[in-house]
Amino acid sequence: METAVGTLRKTPLNPVHRELGAKMVAFGGWEMPVEYSGLIAEHMAVRSAAGLFDVSHMGELEVEGPGALAFLQRVTSNNVGKLTDGQAQYSALPLPNGAPADDVIVYRRGGERFLLVVNAGNVEKDLRWLEEQAPAGCAVRNKSDDYALIALQGPKSPQILQGLTSVDLSALRYYHFAEAEVAAHPVTIARTGYTGEDGFELFVAPDRAADLWRRLLDAGKEAGLVPAGLGARDTLRLEAKMCLYGNDMDETTTLVEAGLGWIVSLDEAKGDFVGRGVLEAQKKEGAPRKLVGFEMVDRGIARHGYPVYVGDEPAGSVTSGSYAPFLQKNIGLCYLPTARAGVGTAFHVDIRGRRVAARVVPTPFYKRPQ
Amino acid sequence: MVPNDRRYTKEHEWVKVDGDRGTVGITDFAQKQLGDVVFLELPEKGRRIKAHERFGTVESVKAVSELFSPVGGEIAEVNTALAEKPETVNADPYGAGWMIRVKLDPGQPAGDLMDARQYSDHVAKEAK
Repeated sequence: METAVGTLRKTPLNPVHRELGAKMVAFGGWEMPVEYSGLIAEHMAVRSAAGLFDVSHMGELEVEGPGALAFLQRVTSNNVGKLTDGQAQYSALPLPNGAPADDVIVYRRGGERFLLVVNAGNVEKDLRWLEEQAPAGCAVRNKSDDYALIALQGPKSPQILQGLTSVDLSALRYYHFAEAEVAAHPVTIARTGYTGEDGFELFVAPDRAADLWRRLLDAGKEAGLVPAGLGARDTLRLEAKMCLYGNDMDETTTLVEAGLGWIVSLDEAKGDFVGRGVLEAQKKEGAPRKLVGFEMVDRGIARHGYPVYVGDEPAGSVTSGSYAPFLQKNIGLCYLPTARAGVGTAFHVDIRGRRVAARVVPTPFYKRPQ
Repeated sequence: MVPNDRRYTKEHEWVKVDGDRGTVGITDFAQKQLGDVVFLELPEKGRRIKAHERFGTVESVKAVSELFSPVGGEIAEVNTALAEKPETVNADPYGAGWMIRVKLDPGQPAGDLMDARQYSDHVAKEAK
């Protein structure tokens, strides 16, 4: 994901991040803020109050036309037919081998109008993959440059956002969205996120993003809202065991192996879709390996790519690993053979040449209080 | 401000010499680059190290960084308080965040270390 600095793209909020003194890094071809006041402080603010994230690097693809629904049923893993207008769905674009080309959120704006939010590093790939398969009567358009995306996440998010909009947020349910005015800007408010907390993702025109960002920060100051970077976003999503594309899943890991069988729909109404054969068999009979959550038993932080051993047998590598600021433990994700993946299973992570004890634990590591 | 009472490596460690002892830590620039420090791997007391040899690692939430000793000798003391409070490295890198104390070999520290002004210039170049 590292790219030469000169070629990095910048979001509409780039000058705002610099003003705020953010530390900037390359991610998915973009120059993004990794932290402002400090990763741990930002992480804790999102768990206890709220954090504001620039996620404008994410891609937006419009799929529209009379054939849009049938097309999306064919190229995504979840049942798009279940969506009503104003509803969103976590899904994936499976390849014939059952592994995702990407994980996506599908928004139904109308019976023939859908929006897919895709990972920054996959926009071009997804676009090609969808265009190749799109039938007549269904247009796929890259609209990524038309949107800035701001995520407001944390238990104080509803009260902060409610102060800036007349839409009744208590009626906006999880994975639903609404068109609204927020601080006098036209915004699509989606009750979605990637932190394990309640919160919203706000789609806004790029030239309005900086003002909306400032108005949100001002409105939330008293409630403890802070700007938060990709660093905290990564540790927050890991505590909530949300997969990161390119780390925890990619074109070699099936959705069932990645623990995403719940976004694979075998409903009759959905019909056939790319990768269904493999995914149906694995849902019914199990997969040879699965993604598990672990915590380190002995001292050490497991990180992406570190080798994993079950007994003396190599068993792949850590897909995500970090110190978990809220849990104050060292945690991670890795693939283990399904027969050796039960909660409590002891194994080792090779931390720079030293084998350190770990054990499989129940996930999510963190679940927000209801 | 980079303290004048010690010397620096280009990998952002410092050593402060008092008699035959050299106290070693990382600079303020280094702790800022790392972000929140959450883990340290430090050597056992009594181990001998050479100048510029690796003596441990410091880890923030996001990064792992190796630690190199500016000086050679025998490790006389290790700051074991950092195991419980690694964030001290962020809060006080030139004071309570020290990492090891080395009983210096004769002729240490070597002349290739930077003084405060040279180190400030080095940081200014690296930050560009």
